[in-house]
Amino acid sequence: MKVRARPYNLKVRLMVLAGVLGACGVVLVGRAAQMQLLNKDFYQHQGDQRFLRDVPIATSRGMIMDRNGEPMAVSTPVESVWANPKELLQHADRLPELADALGIPQDVLTQNIAQRADKEFVFLRRRINPDDAEAVVKHGIPGVYKQREFRRFYPHGEVMAHVLGFTNIDDHGQEGIELAFDNWLTGKPGEQRVIRDRRGHVVENVDLIRAAEPGKDITLSIDRRIQYLAYRELKAALIANGAASGSVVVIDIPTGEILAMVNQPAYNPNAREAAEPGTHRNRAVTDVVEPGSVMKPFTVLAALEAGLDPNVIVQTSPGWMMLGKYRISDVHDHGAVDLTHLLSTSSNIGAAKLGLGMTSEHLYDVLHRFGYGESTHSGFPGESSGVMAPPNTWGMVKRGSISYGMGVSVTPVQLAQAYAALANHGRLMPPTFIKGGQGEGRQVMDPKIARSVLMMLQSVTEVGGTAQRAAIDGYRVAGKTGTARQASGGSYARRYISVFAGVVPLDHPKFATVVIINNPRGRDYYGGLVSAPVFHNVMDGALRLMDVPPDHIEQWYAAQPAATSSAAPSTAGVAANATDAAAPVDAGTSTEPVQPLAATSDPSAEAEVGL
Amino acid sequence: MSLRNFILSLLIFAVLGSGVAVVYARQEHRQAYVQLNRLLRERDEINIEFSRLQLEQATWAETNRIEQVATERIGMRFPQAGELVVIKP
Repeated sequence: MKVRARPYNLKVRLMVLAGVLGACGVVLVGRAAQMQLLNKDFYQHQGDQRFLRDVPIATSRGMIMDRNGEPMAVSTPVESVWANPKELLQHADRLPELADALGIPQDVLTQNIAQRADKEFVFLRRRINPDDAEAVVKHGIPGVYKQREFRRFYPHGEVMAHVLGFTNIDDHGQEGIELAFDNWLTGKPGEQRVIRDRRGHVVENVDLIRAAEPGKDITLSIDRRIQYLAYRELKAALIANGAASGSVVVIDIPTGEILAMVNQPAYNPNAREAAEPGTHRNRAVTDVVEPGSVMKPFTVLAALEAGLDPNVIVQTSPGWMMLGKYRISDVHDHGAVDLTHLLSTSSNIGAAKLGLGMTSEHLYDVLHRFGYGESTHSGFPGESSGVMAPPNTWGMVKRGSISYGMGVSVTPVQLAQAYAALANHGRLMPPTFIKGGQGEGRQVMDPKIARSVLMMLQSVTEVGGTAQRAAIDGYRVAGKTGTARQASGGSYARRYISVFAGVVPLDHPKFATVVIINNPRGRDYYGGLVSAPVFHNVMDGALRLMDVPPDHIEQWYAAQPAATSSAAPSTAGVAANATDAAAPVDAGTSTEPVQPLAATSDPSAEAEVGL
Repeated sequence: MSLRNFILSLLIFAVLGSGVAVVYARQEHRQAYVQLNRLLRERDEINIEFSRLQLEQATWAETNRIEQVATERIGMRFPQAGELVVIKP
């Protein structure tokens, strides 16, 4: 049988074939065009996501320096070891080796990795010595890498701890200057785009998206040497008096710059995990105290501004008076006193009488102008503004007790600010922590009145004053002591606060210093005996360190023959020094030790006032 | 006609030339970038070394330590009042 091929049209077949192939081509080109042109962004993005990575470039935090450029807080590089769990788990057999190298228990590591099995990043150990990190990575375990981070070091440890504060593990400020100027100190991490292969290795650097900007430095107004001196003397005084806590603030009067600010108890910022709670607080700005007699000069200022005759004689006999239903008293009967003696003997009755002689509004206004009851705007985190009730709530009792410093609460830095303003011819300079960060001053008191009260305060450190131990050879010192009972649960406990606020030298006032010692449990608790020696020792050194010329050289000559030791602070401790230093002053006057009698507000009286 | 050819060939050469230039510039960019990275790293290392040295200096210059060395090792002390001479202006 013969099979006969059916006739067919070759041309048509070819054309159909060509048509089909052509259509395929069109579809392919169309699809390609769709992907390349229409959905380009989507696919490009998908592709980039698989290979392009933006990786950060670590940058260091700015340095903090003292006013002479000495480093106070420095960032140094450390390494953190991290792993890519996806990659690491493919080599789970090497986990024991890794745990061993890292020095962490194996089950902890395994659990840690397993929990994050679907992630690409987990820290294994953070901030370790670069050499140790290198040793771990050298094991060559797949998926284990290291990266550079920075850690903060504080070479001065406890001495600067409260002012500087500290940073957390991510290098962000948590307290103090580190927190207040976090934005300024923090650098902007850079970013670069790299191509990575499937295993995460960087194949090529494509582009620099943003260059890393290192953090900027800060120059503080603190002077490292004065700071250290204040720290040492405060600590010694606390130990000598068995006191719980204390603060010292030193302000440069013409500019308002804070030269030193120390608190006890302190902590070591380089190992602060061990620190006890409560030691982190910068008490000089966060804690308020009822200052007691150190407020009396401001009562006198207010009285003089209200038109009181500067030569007025105030009768304080018989040494006690009734303030409403409360009895207030002086340590003794001082009799009729002028304003200078009112301050040098620290008469509560005198101050209360002055206070009662003016309106609440006026007294409030003067105190408020000197910065009480209002934050100093130093910019320090957690700064307290103190407590001063508005004058329309003051009764007679309150007005009287505020006149001698009870019933208001202030921070040590507020006190220092107010004394600096008093010494700065009535011009208040807001305190600052930054060198050259001098703010706008404001005139808060007639310069003549401020000057006259300052001269009255000189008598406090002279023979017969309450703070002879604050006197410094060769310099004229003005100051005021205060001893206040601490309020606790609505009444006053048998716990004291010893305060001394002083200014030196009187001719060209340079330093305003406040020393507050909380709850001294030794034999002495008067401000003139506990806090004034600290003032003496700190200022004696500071005047020398800052090259302040003596303004009372005659007194230095006079003291010279009698002096056995010119108040050289030594490591021996504060108590012995203070006695030596006070010796030349006392020697000529009496054989008795410094009289604690005239010190200040009689504590028992204040207990009764109990506001 | 010849003018058209001339312009055409000129354009072709220009295209080729700019292509090569792009490749060249890209290569230059990569190399410069690599160098930039190296220099940045170098700068960082130097900065880090500097901060380490500063830290070391600050640690050695710690006031407490200076005081100890001065008083204990060198035997320095503050002059007594009798040893001071004040020069009157």
